[in-house]
Amino acid sequence: MELLVTVVLLTFLMAIAVGIIVLRDLLAGVILLGLYSLVAAGIFVVMDAVDVAFTEAAVGCGISTILFLGAMSFTKHDQKPRGHDSLIAIVFVVLAGGLLIYGTLDMPYYGDPNSPAQTHPELTQHYLYKSMDETGMPNVVTSVLASYRGYDTLGETVVVFTAGIAVLSLLGLIRRRPEDDAPEDAPGDIPRHSSDDSGVDS
Amino acid sequence: MKLYPRQRHRVLQIVTKLVIPFVLLFALYVQFHGDYGPGGGFQAGVIFASAFILHGLIFGLQRTRQVITPTALRILMAIGVLIYLGTGIVSMFLGGNLLDYGVLAHDPKHGQHWGIFAVELGVGVTVTAVMISLFYGFASRR
Repeated sequence: MELLVTVVLLTFLMAIAVGIIVLRDLLAGVILLGLYSLVAAGIFVVMDAVDVAFTEAAVGCGISTILFLGAMSFTKHDQKPRGHDSLIAIVFVVLAGGLLIYGTLDMPYYGDPNSPAQTHPELTQHYLYKSMDETGMPNVVTSVLASYRGYDTLGETVVVFTAGIAVLSLLGLIRRRPEDDAPEDAPGDIPRHSSDDSGVDS
Repeated sequence: MKLYPRQRHRVLQIVTKLVIPFVLLFALYVQFHGDYGPGGGFQAGVIFASAFILHGLIFGLQRTRQVITPTALRILMAIGVLIYLGTGIVSMFLGGNLLDYGVLAHDPKHGQHWGIFAVELGVGVTVTAVMISLFYGFASRR
């Protein structure tokens, strides 16, 4: 049953990926990217990686879709038509993809309990069985992320901070002209004494 | 009853007003329940920011800028990293290594608890501020 769900979700993922490549409409592409993240989050849930699924759903499906839509307001909605696809490029892509697949043959099988990472006494064994005694955290993911590997997470936080600084220095926080931003009337506003468009039932 | 252009989003506005408190509350739950269930600073920060982004999309950026100003966001971005680093440095002053939370309290487990709490808070604050300012950056240029 779990295998069936995984296969169906992976098929969806491939179909969406092909759709993203084929579509010229950027808006549809962005929406499909959000869908891709959602399906990927579903796969992570099936794999019992709930924390990763949560992050994927919140970041990949939520925020990045909105940021892509925001970035699209700088540009046109259609991709520029490409010339003919060069044969050499296809050969190289197929070759590189084949090499990557060949590389995965050396990796342990999915969920293999005898893989080196699972059996090493200082890795999974230590974290899974000693985490509760050492940190008192029922969620091993949190204890690894924030305590055992706290230094890495410090680096990640600094990366997020740096990315924010970089985007701000590129885009700036230039104040939009007020007339562009004229907000619509919202409930709770002090009613402006405008002429005829303030009353609902006239 | 006639609907004028300015009132075409009235339903969305009211529904958004109802939804935003729950989004914020859920973000806080994810933030502070990360020790026991799935979640943590990164996810909570993104969810917290999405409430402000929703507000910006529905009510206009000008209003959201009044709720949380770009200057405040820049300060919050730095404060998050400083909370994280400060936790590490405090644990150094108390005789441990950098980010060695065991020394923060008499019982090492309580120390770990406090340390992880502070660190996740720092992550959450930074991620929230960065996400909202990214949205401001993209949405305020047309």
